[in-house]
Amino acid sequence: MNTTTLSVLVENKPGVLARIAGLFSRRGFNIESLAVGPTEDPDISRMTIVVSVASLPLEQVTKQLNKLVNVIKIVELDSSSSVQRELVFVKVRANATTRSDVLEIAQMFRARIVDVAPESLTIESTGTRDKLDALLEMLSAHGILELAQSGIVALGRGTRSITDSRPRSLSA
Amino acid sequence: MTAPDNAMTGAASLVKALEKVGVDTVFGIPGGAILPAYDPMMDSSKIRHILVRHEQGAGHAAEGYASATGRVGVCMATSGPGATNLVTPLADAYMDSVPIVAITGQVPSKAIGTDAFQEADISGITQPITKHNFLVTDPADIPRAVKEAFHLAETGRPGPVLVDISKDALQSTTTFNWPKGIDMPGYKPTVKPHSRQIRDAARMIIEAKRPVLYIGGGVIRSRGASQLYQLAEMTGIPVVTTLMARGAFPDSHRLNLGMPGMHGTVPAVAALQMSDLLIAIGTRFDDRVTGKLDSFAPGAKVIHADIDPAEIGKNRRVDVPIVGDARLVMAELIDVLAAEHEAGRIGDYGAWWRTLEDLQERFPLGYDLPDDGTLSPQYVIERLGKISGPDSLFAAGVGQHQMWAAQFIDYENPGTWLNSGGLGTMGYAVPAAMGAKVGRPDATVWAIDGDGCFQMTNQELATCTINEIPIKVAIINNSSLGMVRQWQTLFYNERYSNTDLHSHSFPDFVKLADAYGCYGFNVDSPDQVDATIEKALSLNDAPVVIDFRVHRDAMVWPMVPAGTSNDEITVARDLAPAWDRME
Repeated sequence: MNTTTLSVLVENKPGVLARIAGLFSRRGFNIESLAVGPTEDPDISRMTIVVSVASLPLEQVTKQLNKLVNVIKIVELDSSSSVQRELVFVKVRANATTRSDVLEIAQMFRARIVDVAPESLTIESTGTRDKLDALLEMLSAHGILELAQSGIVALGRGTRSITDSRPRSLSA
Repeated sequence: MTAPDNAMTGAASLVKALEKVGVDTVFGIPGGAILPAYDPMMDSSKIRHILVRHEQGAGHAAEGYASATGRVGVCMATSGPGATNLVTPLADAYMDSVPIVAITGQVPSKAIGTDAFQEADISGITQPITKHNFLVTDPADIPRAVKEAFHLAETGRPGPVLVDISKDALQSTTTFNWPKGIDMPGYKPTVKPHSRQIRDAARMIIEAKRPVLYIGGGVIRSRGASQLYQLAEMTGIPVVTTLMARGAFPDSHRLNLGMPGMHGTVPAVAALQMSDLLIAIGTRFDDRVTGKLDSFAPGAKVIHADIDPAEIGKNRRVDVPIVGDARLVMAELIDVLAAEHEAGRIGDYGAWWRTLEDLQERFPLGYDLPDDGTLSPQYVIERLGKISGPDSLFAAGVGQHQMWAAQFIDYENPGTWLNSGGLGTMGYAVPAAMGAKVGRPDATVWAIDGDGCFQMTNQELATCTINEIPIKVAIINNSSLGMVRQWQTLFYNERYSNTDLHSHSFPDFVKLADAYGCYGFNVDSPDQVDATIEKALSLNDAPVVIDFRVHRDAMVWPMVPAGTSNDEITVARDLAPAWDRME
């Protein structure tokens, strides 16, 4: 699947998330994941949006997003020039006999155990989508009871920040 | 810090802010949540409030006012149903890029979200149909919200903006602080075109053999008609004006091929299909113009200039994209082309014009008179245009009468043709004409309406009579939902499901006019047409309603059936014009 990661700076105002979500749904764009949080400037939030698109509609996505008055800046982040991570919590079936196998998988992926119960383990892991998919694949044999994923957050590499003038900006 | 004379209620602050941005007219209806605003407005010497009969009327009146004057139109309503009744005109203004501001009252901020009496989340509801909207719950924010709303409505690509204000914000005391500037970091429309794009466009224009100026409503919104005139004259390139652009270029001009699209002229449609270069300005390649997109203008390169970057490349691949204000784009193109012409580089479109003139000669717009001697709707509309003249304003509803009014009236000036193009809102005409007449009181303003449309919003005739807004209404009464009936004739085996309105019997439009304090006439034979129109033009102390009872089987031609290629245009049932279609 063809996905693109957009880093979108928005004004931190009520209703902005609804405006963005509404725009995506009514224009028929698909969101793979969406993560929102404050930035170094309390008036500005950053949304990291992973969209699945062909190349032409991506231009429409960014142009339509730019028309929203609360959207300040949009940058397309590619995997080579940015760091992109996602956080998962996964609750796996693990009893006295299988626990050591699950622990071994967690160790191989440098994942942490954050909760333990007689019949389960909860594992925290951070990484790229590929790594997390591999971890989940290995754990699935034991039985995944519950899964929560944060959606991707990303930052461009190097000293330059998104608010510096025109790095890879799509805001025509 | 607070100067005592700055202290006032949020409501007074709202009225003062509206005065500051230059509002002279507000169309609206009071109600619970907006009530505080109506009290200080009563004392305003600058703002005339016109009490309408339905909020939809207020919204369309604001649109009519804006389209006729170029200034922002304003409407006002209370929370809940008052606000939701504005949804249709807001959607209409969004589609047609009409600058209006809607002010709505909202339930008190503590009650928001509790399903309070007359609560509706109008900012949520109107998010997809406004350029932007505001929910204000702090009275200190009112002046800034008003200033930003007007700035947003009238700059960049114009559009509707809604300001929803909670009742407690209107009631509580605040200080009036008028913001010095506009500080919206996410809103910086590009108005000045890129000079390299202009040079590329000029070069393509000179090299083209079969160019067409494909002109949209953006040219009218940007007040670019005189630049267009100059551009067309200096290059000799044929002009087509879309439904939204009627009046942007004089119909009497030799370079004007008429309207393109589903009911466009054969020369205009064929010119686009045969063109090798579309110079598209302030237009959005709407499906009603392009027909089936992948067979639209198959041999043409495209220069597309628009103030909204999202329109460029949305529907059609573009060779030279130009983001900018239509008037500035044309002004810069004129400069660059003038220099090229000076240097002896000039386009040669002689052969192209020979082809087009042949089409113009073979396929002029026309219509057949009914065999039985009854009234032809096209004839009525043609006479209205001729007798009333090119300085009159015409607002149409939606349907057959709208298309005939676009086809058979010659528009010579921008802002004289008002209609609901994108949304296709039946009921637009009467309130829009009312708004236009308020904005242009010295002009003759006609609402050309269908009998179906007229019955959706004619309650505003009361508003017109009482407030001395003498509009003139021509009902093109074919006793049916005519355009739908036409489609039933053509595509549903003449099975007329629910399109007969019986409006030759009920209501009696002359009595209805009388009940509303208007002059009412009915006309059912051709020999009464001129005299009745002249009579209507002589009456200016009250609105006039003429019920033209027309032949119901008249159809709008030419026609490109929906979803088909422009090459499938027919000039009458099963009659396709011949021209050299591209392979």
